[in-house]
Amino acid sequence: MSGEQRGVFGRRPRVLRVLWLTLVWVLLWGTFSWANLLGGFVVAVLVLVLFPLPAVTTGGQLRPVALLRVVLDVGRDLAVSSVQVAWQSVRPGPPPRSSIVAVGISDDSELLTAMLVECLSLVPGSVVVDASAEERTLWAHVLGADDDAAVERFRAQVARLEADLLRVGVHRVRVEPASSGRAEAGTDPRDDPEPAEHRPHDSVPSREAGP
Amino acid sequence: MSAFLDVLGAVLVLLGALLALAAAIGLLRLPDVLSRMHAATKPQTAGLVLVVIGSALSLRTSVDTWMLVLVGVFQLITAPVTAHLVGRLAYRSGGVREDLLYRDDLADREDDPAR
Repeated sequence: MSGEQRGVFGRRPRVLRVLWLTLVWVLLWGTFSWANLLGGFVVAVLVLVLFPLPAVTTGGQLRPVALLRVVLDVGRDLAVSSVQVAWQSVRPGPPPRSSIVAVGISDDSELLTAMLVECLSLVPGSVVVDASAEERTLWAHVLGADDDAAVERFRAQVARLEADLLRVGVHRVRVEPASSGRAEAGTDPRDDPEPAEHRPHDSVPSREAGP
Repeated sequence: MSAFLDVLGAVLVLLGALLALAAAIGLLRLPDVLSRMHAATKPQTAGLVLVVIGSALSLRTSVDTWMLVLVGVFQLITAPVTAHLVGRLAYRSGGVREDLLYRDDLADREDDPAR
């Protein structure tokens, strides 16, 4: 059962999209009925046909348990950060100083970057100001970070979150146009040496050297 | 049991409202746009989620409950995106109190492109 689910999770993102939109539709109506389910399915397919999303490829399975851990962690962090920012808002005294910190990401996956941006905006201290998957960097505004220790604490926090997300496997989901180029580049080294040996100008010198 | 749920729901709604109030105060008191986006995302989102959970506990009817779940989920998904876009725009159009920045790694990068 769970293996099959993971297969859907990993290999059929389009099926997932239809399921998700159908679920939203049924939840909007609030009651489950076959008419709702069917109507939701039709609307979902219509939406995805009219507003197509870029195709994604997955190089493996996502891990639901690790995903659940990230969700729980972010939920807890959201509670902490809400109280923190609420206090920073209402406490008397001068306004808090802050920093804009550049943080490197170890993978150039778009989904990893997007999920980091989402999570970092909810966890303590940070709002992402700018992010670039190609440059593997994101810039976050860290409220109340007025010394190097606080900056380092933030960096460590991002590293932890990133490691958790990598454990889920989000970096294996890739948007297709970008990934096709990368996939070719990845297989090139294996394919290249063979044609190189049969290149005409490679065999010419050996023939000349023969006699 | 239902009285307990009613009380719990009321407490959660009250807590959520307090967080939302703190977020509103933060929007007024914090020094610049970027700092204000902190208030607009975290306490505001958490406050709304608490209000949603609280109302779901008090209502206990499925039709409205599922709608509330959707409200919470979409708030969680969209609030960071809004904060990111507003923050990015604010930084690029100079809505940042630079005297209150301890360090600014983006300043080195923004020198050549886009400005």
